Amino acid sequence: MTVVERREVALVDLLDRLLAGGVVITGDITLRIADVDLVRIDLNALISSVNAQVPSPFEESR
Amino acid sequence: MTGLRYVYAVCRPFGTPLQAQLTGVGGDPPRLLPHHDLVAVVSHVPEADFAEEPLRAHLEDLDWLTTVARAHQGVIDALTTVATPLPLRLGTVFRDDSGVRSMIEAREENFLRTLDRLEGRVEWGVKVYVEPEPTPKEPATPAPKPASGRDYLRQRRMRTKAQEDLWQRAESFATRLHETLSECAEDSRLHAPQNPTLSGASGRNVLNAAYLVPRAESEEFVERVDRTKDGTPGLRVELTGPWAAYSFAGEETAGEEGA
Repeated sequence: MTVVERREVALVDLLDRLLAGGVVITGDITLRIADVDLVRIDLNALISSVNAQVPSPFEESR
Repeated sequence: MTGLRYVYAVCRPFGTPLQAQLTGVGGDPPRLLPHHDLVAVVSHVPEADFAEEPLRAHLEDLDWLTTVARAHQGVIDALTTVATPLPLRLGTVFRDDSGVRSMIEAREENFLRTLDRLEGRVEWGVKVYVEPEPTPKEPATPAPKPASGRDYLRQRRMRTKAQEDLWQRAESFATRLHETLSECAEDSRLHAPQNPTLSGASGRNVLNAAYLVPRAESEEFVERVDRTKDGTPGLRVELTGPWAAYSFAGEETAGEEGA
């Protein structure tokens, strides 16, 4: 158990929990940034930006 | 104005002080904001970074997101040693202390109920990967050259068949593992399989699950996971935790319906 505890947490495991877990609070008093879909969209953008170096198979070379 | 309020978690009041050197998001030490029977754990953060627009832009910056996620987790980890925190989603920001208090006031009953459900529990993460096809180790003896077209096709079919068998085995293994672990957990959640680009892990992630387990039964749970690691050639099981109950902080729980 201690071995697991000491090891540095991988970022993806953390993001699974911080961006998909946790209590979501919405309403006028918040800045509404915690909105689930919003964050998910941002993360997708992030993932595709990570993938940007890899040429897309759908892009036709003209 | 002394900036905005970033809220990490809500807890019941706890006696032990947080580590003095602990820094949170934006380098600000986490502070306790008590209200009625609850305590919000907050940091003061600059508007320039945490107002809606800049925050949205920052969330697409992986380095920034990493720093904030690590700081958030650092605070939750520290809280876990002195209390059972109810973690909030990353990036939950309020304009001021009174905004935080109103939020607690509005959700007080829910918070107390969820905190009761999570008291003394931790979350364990279990992932199953299908290992990438091993690269042939014996370059000295190359595979026999196909003698004919039919021979070639047969060799190819055998390779494809082996891969299909592995997938089928992975699927039934993951299903069985999830069933077994769900039985000895109070609740479970399935996360989406992880993107290998972000995780950098080798192999394909076929199960990414979280289990809610009483702290006292954690050792048993971990041993159970460890036992499954043997005798699964081509598959890899990974355990993470113990985590604060991030994946079980929401209101509705699938496990409770059937109970």
